[in-house]
Amino acid sequence: MKHLLFSLVFIMMLVVGCVEKPKEKGEESTTEQVYAKAESETSDEVKFPIYDYEGLKPLLYKDDGKTYVINFWATWCKPCLVELPYFEKINAEQKDNNVEVILVSLDMPSMWKSRLEPYVEKKGIESKVVILDDPKQNDWIPKIDETWGGGIPATLIYNKDKRSFYAQEFTYEELNEELNKFIN
Amino acid sequence: MKLFKILGLVALILTLGAFSAKFTSVDEGYAIGDVATDFSLKNVDGAMVSLSDYNDAKGFLVIFTCNTCPYSVAYEDRINALDAKYKQQGVPVIAINPNNPVKKPGDSFAKMKVRATEKGFTFPYVLDEGQEIYPQYGATRTPHVFLLEKTSKGNVVRYIGAIDDNYQSASQVEEKYVENAVDAMLAGKEIKVTTTRAIGCGIKA
Repeated sequence: MKHLLFSLVFIMMLVVGCVEKPKEKGEESTTEQVYAKAESETSDEVKFPIYDYEGLKPLLYKDDGKTYVINFWATWCKPCLVELPYFEKINAEQKDNNVEVILVSLDMPSMWKSRLEPYVEKKGIESKVVILDDPKQNDWIPKIDETWGGGIPATLIYNKDKRSFYAQEFTYEELNEELNKFIN
Repeated sequence: MKLFKILGLVALILTLGAFSAKFTSVDEGYAIGDVATDFSLKNVDGAMVSLSDYNDAKGFLVIFTCNTCPYSVAYEDRINALDAKYKQQGVPVIAINPNNPVKKPGDSFAKMKVRATEKGFTFPYVLDEGQEIYPQYGATRTPHVFLLEKTSKGNVVRYIGAIDDNYQSASQVEEKYVENAVDAMLAGKEIKVTTTRAIGCGIKA
């Protein structure tokens, strides 16, 4: 009987422990995240993954032999839209060279359905599109690059050996030139 | 003991000196502690505006902003609020549109007038004609704030960066960078956070 009671208490502790844990995690996440999450849930199923910086981070540090071209853009940023076709072109042309383009959209939540999705569809964009939605910009901008003030367009090119950040607009030629430093 | 303190201070000054030199050379704009240039730029009301016009000012909130950038638009009400709060304390807002209207027709002088009226701007909204002032400041995006303090050697840069830490919603803001900086400056205290980053629209020259 004593044994039974003991194990019952033990099991209960385990159960409580299991239930407690995710709750603790929930408490750790900031109100912003909860807010952003609630918002994304109401905006019925945006087609692209929505990340905060921690969610995006794995895409910035892949170590699989590929060269990644990460372009930070938004549909409201005109110079971004001018250079977007160059990134698309590179993504298609350099696939065999182990190059992958990832387009990180900084569109605001209100624009995901109304502007971002239609734009990507209309232009037939083939590169991977993800959304970065993290209001704590002063925390994550310097983590992407210490010299970045936060203006877009901006681009990060990296592979396992080399990493460069460009707070600038690109022409197709300039982009190719930079990329060649990584793949040759 | 005293010697240690002095040595520490010397080390600190050297480090700060090295840093400011580094940032100046990298960004080709102002670092904290630099003296900012004055300007004479045309306001939406037709008058020319210079920092030297403000005899009684203790400082300035020079904000590079524009009509067309969604981030600038998201902050318009907050910029009005900053002007309302700090003009009477001697730190008025002066908003400068750094974009070249030829490349960004939405940021033309005529459109600036319209926007200023629509939003009831209480501060000067001037055009950086020829795009000569913003590179000297080192503004790279809109909105981009430079807090200046008027001193005997000129208008010294005290803070560079974002208005606060949440563009999406004023009610979600946890840190009011600019307000904290102005309050500290006016109280003669050290400004804790002197530079911040934020996403914004690259300036189109």
